[in-house]
Amino acid sequence: MFELILFSILNGLVYGLLLFMLSSGLTLIFSMMGVLNFAHASFYMLGAYFAFTMSGYIGFFPALIIAPIIAGLLGALVERYGLRHVHRYGHVAELIFTFGLAFLIEEVVQFFWGKQLQDYRVPEVLDFTFFEMFGNAFPAYKAFMLLVSIAIFVLLFAVLTRSRVGMIIQAAITHPNIVAMLGHNVPFIFMATFGVGSALAAIAGVIAGPVLGTGPAMAFELGTIVFVVVVFGGLGSLSGAFVASIMIGLIQTVAVALDVSVSDFFGLFGMSFSPDDFLVDVWTITLPQIAPIIPYLMLVLMLIFRPQGLMGKRES
Amino acid sequence: MSVIATTGAATTRRATFRRLAVWLVSAAVLLILPQIFTSGLAVTVMNQMGIAIVFALSYNMMLGQGGMLSFGHAVYFGLGGFFAMHMIDWVDQQLFVFPIYLTPFMGGLFGLFMALVIGSFSTRRAGTVFAMISLGIGELVAALSLILVVFFGGEEGVSGDRTTGPGIFGFNFLQDIEVYYLIAVWVLVAVLFMYLFSRTPAGRMANAVRDNPERAEFVGYSQRTVRLISFCAAGFFAGIAGGLFAINYEILTEQNLNATTSGGVLLMAYIGGIGYFIGPIVGAVIFTLLQTVLSGYTDLWVLYVGLVFLATVLYVPTGLTGIMMMHVPAWRLGRLRSLVVPYLTMVIPVAMLFCGLVGLLEMFHYRNGAPTGEVEMTVFYVTVDFTSPLPWAVFTALTLAGGYLTRRLAPAVAASFQAATSYDAKGSSA
Repeated sequence: MFELILFSILNGLVYGLLLFMLSSGLTLIFSMMGVLNFAHASFYMLGAYFAFTMSGYIGFFPALIIAPIIAGLLGALVERYGLRHVHRYGHVAELIFTFGLAFLIEEVVQFFWGKQLQDYRVPEVLDFTFFEMFGNAFPAYKAFMLLVSIAIFVLLFAVLTRSRVGMIIQAAITHPNIVAMLGHNVPFIFMATFGVGSALAAIAGVIAGPVLGTGPAMAFELGTIVFVVVVFGGLGSLSGAFVASIMIGLIQTVAVALDVSVSDFFGLFGMSFSPDDFLVDVWTITLPQIAPIIPYLMLVLMLIFRPQGLMGKRES
Repeated sequence: MSVIATTGAATTRRATFRRLAVWLVSAAVLLILPQIFTSGLAVTVMNQMGIAIVFALSYNMMLGQGGMLSFGHAVYFGLGGFFAMHMIDWVDQQLFVFPIYLTPFMGGLFGLFMALVIGSFSTRRAGTVFAMISLGIGELVAALSLILVVFFGGEEGVSGDRTTGPGIFGFNFLQDIEVYYLIAVWVLVAVLFMYLFSRTPAGRMANAVRDNPERAEFVGYSQRTVRLISFCAAGFFAGIAGGLFAINYEILTEQNLNATTSGGVLLMAYIGGIGYFIGPIVGAVIFTLLQTVLSGYTDLWVLYVGLVFLATVLYVPTGLTGIMMMHVPAWRLGRLRSLVVPYLTMVIPVAMLFCGLVGLLEMFHYRNGAPTGEVEMTVFYVTVDFTSPLPWAVFTALTLAGGYLTRRLAPAVAASFQAATSYDAKGSSA
C-alpha cells in the first residue's frame, strides 16, 4: 500500500505541475483580457510537435528552448492579429474565435504531420531508471519533468512578485488604464503575456509529449482538463490554479491506481447486488473507469455550489 | 380615420399573406426537392440536411437569441436520439404500440427533461461560466455514455428497426425517400414552432436578457428563468433532431453526443449567421453539403471548414446570411444592378486566389501521404506531377497574383458598395 501511495503521489505531482504550467498561462491571460483561451492547449500540442520535429535535427535540449520560443511568437501573433481584432465583438465572439483557432490548429497539425501518433521518445540521456523502490521503477525522465516544472514555477513566481515586469503585469491586470497613463504600452503587455503564456504551454508540450503521447487529439484531451483546473481553482487566481492543478493531478493518478468498484464499497457494509439488476452498470463501475470523468464532475459541482471557484474573487 | 384603418388592415393582411406565403413556398420546395434530386445519395444528403437544420436552429435559440454559448448542445441531441432509439426498440419488441413517426416528439420530451435538469443550475449565469458548465456536462455525458452500457450501448451504441411500428398512409419507412417526407414534415413543423417561439414574449425576453440582463431584471424578469425557458426549448428541439436522426440512421453511438458534434453545430450556426432566424438553416445546408459532397473530393474538407469558420469569426461576424442581408438596402434603393459589374471584376482574382491556395494545400497534402512511386494526382480535374516544380510554380503564381489583385480591387468594390447603400451618394440622383 505504501509504495502505491508514494508512487501515486510522485506521478500525481508530475502531472499536477504539468497542468500548472498550462493553467498558469491560461489564468494570466484570462485575468488580463477576460477571455478564456480555448486554443491554449493547442500551443501545448504545437510545442510537442515542434520539439518532435526539431529533436530529429538539433537534439532534444536545444528543441526544449527553441520550440517554446516559436510557439510563443505564434501566440503573440494570434493576440495581435486575431484576438485584438475580435475583441470589439465582445467576449462571446472572443471565446468562439479561440474555439475556432483550436479547431483549425488541430487540422493544421494533421495537415503537416498526419493523424497518427508520432514516435516522439524520451531522449536517451534521460532514458534510465532514477531509483527503484519495492520493485517499482521511477524513470529519470519523470524526475526531469518534475525538475523543469518546479523551476518554471519558481521562476514564474519570482518574476511576477519580485520583479518590475511582474509588478507592471499585475498592475495591468487590475488597472490597465492607470498603467497606460504611466507610460507603459498596455496592448504590448497583453501581447507579451499571451506570448509567454503560449510559450509556457509549449514547454509543457515539449516535456510531456514523450510521456503522454504526441497526436492530434492531445490538445483537446488535456485542454478540457486545464479548463477544469482553471475554473475549479477560481478564474483569474494563480494560487487557486496551483492548488487545483496539484489536486486534480493527484486525484486522477490515485483514482487510476485504486481498483475498487461501487459494489466493493457497499460490500464493506455487507450489501451485495445481483448481476442482472437494471442498474448493474452503476454497481460495477470501478474507480479507474470513472477516473477520466472525476474532473468534470468536480467542475460541475464546483460551478453549482461555488461559481467563483476555490480562490476566485469573481464569477465570470 | 376610416382610410387609415382600411390601409392598416390592408397592409396587415398583405403582411400576413406574405408571411404565410414563405411557409407555403418552403413546404412546396420540400415537396418538390426529391423530384429534382432523385438519386439515392441526394436523398441521404437531404435527410441529413433536415436533421442538421432542426439541430442548428435549436442551437441558435440559445446562442443567437439567448446569448448563451454552449459547447455541449450535442448532449440533448444525443440523449433525445438514444431515447427515441429505445422507443423504436421497445415497439419492435412489442412492449407497447407506438407510431414510429411520433418518436421524435418523445425524443424531444426527453431532451426537454434533461435540459430542465441541467439548465436548473447551468443557466444561472451566461457568458464564460455557462460555456464552461456546458463543456463540463458535455464531457461528462460523453464519458458516461461509454460506462453506462444499458442505456447507451457502450462502444457499439444502440440500434434498431424503424419499420415495425404502425405506419401512416401505407408508409412503413422502409425506404429512405419515405423517411425524407417524414423528416420534411418534422422540419417544417419544428422550424415553424421555433419561429413562433422567437415571437412570443418568452422569445423576446430572451433577446432582452441577451443584450442587457440587468435592465431585464429591473423590468421584473428573472434572467435565470428567461434563460432556462430558452434552454429547455432548445433542448426540446435538439431532442427532436436526435429522434429524427434515430429514425434516419437506426443507430446512435457515443459520437452523436460528444464534443465533435457539439462543435459542429456551433460551426453550422455561426457560419450561417447567428443574428438571423434563417442563418442556421443556411449554415446547416452548407455545412452538410461540405460534409457529404466535399468530403468525397478531398480529405482536407475539415481544414477548409475550419478556415471558413475562422474567417467568418474574424471578418464577417454576421455570417453568410449577414452578407446577404447587407444587400437589402441596395435592393430597396433599386441599385443592386450597379453592384453587378464591380462584383464581376472580383470574380476572377478571387477565383485565382482560391484555386492557387487549394491547389497548393492539396498537393502538399497528397505528397505527404502518397504511396512511394506514385507521382501523379488530380487537382481541379487536371492531372499533375507533384514532384515537378511546374505545378507548384503555377499554383504559387495564381495565389500571389490573385491575392494581389484582390487587394488592389477591394477598395473600389467597397466604394461602389458604399455608393449603392447610402442615401446621400451621387447614385440617388442618377
